[in-house]
Order: sequence, then C-alpha cells, then structure tokens
Amino acid sequence: MAERFSIRYQPGFTTIAAICFVMLYMPIAVLVVYAFNATDSTSAWGGFSLHWFETGWNNAQVIDASIRSLKIGATAAVLATSVATMAALATTRTPPYPGLTFKYAFINQPLMVPEIVTGVALLIFFSRIKIWSGYTGLGYLIAAHTAFCIPFAYLPIRARLESMDLTLERAAADLYATPWHVFRRITLPLLWPGILAGLMLAFVISLDDVVITEFVKSGGQDTLPTYMLGQIRRGVTPEINAISTAFLLLSVGIVTLFFFISRKRD
Amino acid sequence: MANAAEIARKAEREDVRSRWLLSAPALIIIFLAAIGPLAIVLVYSFLSPGPYGDVVWKFSPEAWISVFLERDIFDETLSLADANLAIFWRSAKLALLTTIATMVVGFPTAYFIATRSERTRDIWLFLITIPFWTNLLIRTFAVLQIIRNEGIINTALMKLGIIDRPIQILFTDTAIMLGMVYVYLPLMVLPIYASLEKLDFRLVEAGYDLYASRFQVLRRIIIPLVRPGIIAGSILVFIPAIGSYVTPSVLGGGKNMMIANLIELQFGQGRNWPLGASLSISVMVIVMIALLLYVRNATGPDTRNG
Repeated sequence: MAERFSIRYQPGFTTIAAICFVMLYMPIAVLVVYAFNATDSTSAWGGFSLHWFETGWNNAQVIDASIRSLKIGATAAVLATSVATMAALATTRTPPYPGLTFKYAFINQPLMVPEIVTGVALLIFFSRIKIWSGYTGLGYLIAAHTAFCIPFAYLPIRARLESMDLTLERAAADLYATPWHVFRRITLPLLWPGILAGLMLAFVISLDDVVITEFVKSGGQDTLPTYMLGQIRRGVTPEINAISTAFLLLSVGIVTLFFFISRKRD
Repeated sequence: MANAAEIARKAEREDVRSRWLLSAPALIIIFLAAIGPLAIVLVYSFLSPGPYGDVVWKFSPEAWISVFLERDIFDETLSLADANLAIFWRSAKLALLTTIATMVVGFPTAYFIATRSERTRDIWLFLITIPFWTNLLIRTFAVLQIIRNEGIINTALMKLGIIDRPIQILFTDTAIMLGMVYVYLPLMVLPIYASLEKLDFRLVEAGYDLYASRFQVLRRIIIPLVRPGIIAGSILVFIPAIGSYVTPSVLGGGKNMMIANLIELQFGQGRNWPLGASLSISVMVIVMIALLLYVRNATGPDTRNG
C-alpha cells in the first residue's frame, strides 16, 4: 500500500472514482445487453438473439428518421465547419483589433443559451417564415443545426491555428506565392487535422440533438432522436435498445477517431 | 513622403476589414438562427395569445402576470400562481442538487484522474469523455431501464431480500435528479480536472511538512487552488440542468414537470405562446444571473494564486 503514503493520496477518493466509472458505464452496458434479448422484455433475459436489430432494420420509420438525421448532420457539419474555419482564420494570429472579443462572444453564444429557449425562439421565428414563404422543407432544421454546431467546430480549429506560427506562410509570401496559394498549399494542409476534428464534433453534436429539433421540425420530419423520444414516451420494447446500440456504436466510433486525430497534433 | 506609417496603417485597416468579411458568414448564421430569434421571443411575451396557438398582435402584459400570478376566473382577483411557482422551485432545487451531487462525485474522480501517471491519464479522460459525446437521450433511456420497478436495481435488491416490493423511483423527482447527475457528470469532471492538472503538488508537500492532516491539505490547499475549475463545472452543469427537457420528460412522467416541460406545454396543448415566451425569457434571466455570479467569482479576489 505504497500509495497510502504518497502526498497525492486522499482517503476514499479512489473508491468514489471507481463507483463513478461503474455508474457511468453500467446503465449503458445493461442497455446494450438487452438489445440482444430474444423476448420482448427489457428486464428478464430470454436468450441471445438479433431479432430486435432485424425489427429496427425493417422498420421504415426508423430507417427514414436515420437517413434524415444523417442528411441534416452531414449538411450542417460541413456548413458549420466551413464558416467556422473562416471565422477561426479571422480571429487568430492577429494583434487585438476592434470587435475581436465581440466575435468570440458571438460565436460562443449558442453554448450559453439553454436549448429549450433556442428551440422556442426558432419555433416562433420559423413558423412566421413558413407562413410567409410556404417552404416547409428540411432547410429550417439544417439552419438551426448549423448555428449551434458552429461553436463546436470553431473550438478545435481555433486551437490548432493558435499552435501554428506564421513563419511558413511568411516564407511562402517572400517567395512570391499569392495569398490563395499560401492558403491552399501551406495553411490548409497544416490546419487539416483541426478542421477534421471540428467536422466530426459538429456531426456528433447535430446527430445528438433532441430539444431544438423537436421544436423546429414540421410534421413528418422526425430525426432518429426525436423518433426515439416519441417511442420511449409510449412504452418500451428492446427495439429501442437495438436502435440505441447501433447509434452508440456510430457515436463512439466517431469520437474515438476524433480522439486519435487530436492526439497526433504534434 | 507617402510615409511608411500611413501605408502600414492602411494595410492594417484592410486586414481588419478582410477579417470581418471572413467571419461574416458564421456571425450571420448565428445571428439568424440563434441570437436574433431571442429578441422575437421577448416581443412575443408581450402579445396576446391567438385562439389556435401563435399570437394576436395586441400588446398585453397578461403573459408576464400569469408567470407569477393567477387570475381567478370568477372575480378576477389575483393570487400567486402556485402551479407555475412550484415548477420553478422544483427546477431550481433539482438543478442545484444536481450541481452539488455532481461536485461530490466529480471532484474525487477528477482528482483520481489527475493523480494517475501521464500515460494512463489519457485513457481515464477518454472514459469520461465518451459518455459526454454519446446521445443524451440514449443515456437518459439507459437510466430509465435501470431504475424501473422491473429494473436491475429493484430486481437485485429484491433477490437479496432487502426489500420485498420494488421501490418506486421512476416518475419521481429523485429519478429526474439521478438522470441529470448521470448525464451531466462529465461536465463537472472535465473542468475540475483541467484545474487539478495544473496543481503544483509541492504546495501539498509543504502543507504536510507543516503538520497538516490529509483533510486540512484538501480543504486549505487543494480546494482553494482548483476553485476556478469547480466554479466552471458548476456553471456548466447548472445551466443545462435548469433548462433540462429530455430528462424530466423521460424520467419524470407527465406529472413531475420542470420549466422546459411547462414551456413546451404552452406551445402545444396550452396554446398560450406569450406565456411560453415569457417563461423562456425567465429561464434566460436565471441563466444570466448564474453567469454573472460566475464571472464575478472567477475574476474575484481569488486570482492571486500562483
């Protein structure tokens, strides 16, 4: 028990940490296990089966909602990452200029407002526009998702930019490269890991959203999370477990990828 | 004589202008689909409700009055709106309790991670981050399955003979709190960890040299030094908790509402958009107050450490 004499030791902390990690993963583990249950119970084990994955796969509503989620997520992530990259280029590696702190505050603002309030605000705003324009497509959801994804895409890109100094760009400019060439051949390749990380974060954040989507969506525009929320309110079958498991696998995959990309930053 | 200083100034002006152009798309999108609509909410909170939802463009303070007061349908007298106030009170109470509970569990966990070796630290951190990036609804659903009457907790307790009837946890305030602690825990651990990582353990050693006990070192040295992390974590947990929508609607059932559910009701069956708008503004105000307290504390007299 050498640890007990270390100056870092605090009694009970390791136990609490252990409980914390078990607590974090136990519910998810149980959820995943019952996704493979053969019977329609989510509490009594009736043998291993892939039945519920099959049910989910054959459920047109689930597939529909999944495709919609992916469409919105991909579009919003690409849009948010593009504009966030531009904004990051505009707000880093510069002496302070008027409006710089305003931009930081503005870009991070979606993080400060509770989702329910943004949801309500967009419901009101978009319902007016829907009446005026007659357009009821996915555009509203994509716009809303893009807006709240921007701060998440912005963070890793800005962090990456701040760790790059201007020497290489200056050298290129000295060698008569045009600003576009400098950007295309030097800044962009160096910035790429940051952009990729931002893209993945934005995608995951968009896929996860329930509240804002729930308020903004028109009829028949369920995304996978809002469809699941509706099902959970109605009662539970292992089908939801199966869908959750597939969803978890996707998110964890993306996050793991993100983790390795951002770790290789040196 | 078209001197260098003037050319430099001109170049600088141009640089600032192109930087504004470059950030314009992001700013415009956020303005149109996040910040701007908040102003509309404020306007709507002062209008009259339309018969089938939406609003009638007629000024009325009625929505704001009914946030706090109730008009008697017979004699028009005002009394406190007990139902609304109870929901506000429940939301504030649950958000605060959640913040405290995540602090009690999160601080030792962050400390545990921060005192691991360089190599394993990343793995522990990764384990905290994964749930943070997985879907909040799925995590809430996972909690639901655990605490149900037929869930693993009740089944285990009954098998062990500790209880003979399942304890009703689901659809109570306790369930909502458990769910919120579960989903927001990483938001407390991460900032505390960030502070602890920078902690200079020589100060801890100095404390022991001066005959401080473990507890005194914790209370007098470690906690004051990581206070910024604890405060940041509390803010990060409190803000989403007070506006929480998914957790109370999944774990609280229809009866145990929080503010967000009350707001949703006004835009659904309630058909009272102005009231929903004024309730939303109220949530914003609570969040603003919390943020102001945070800024005051973060830049308060305690910045002298280091």
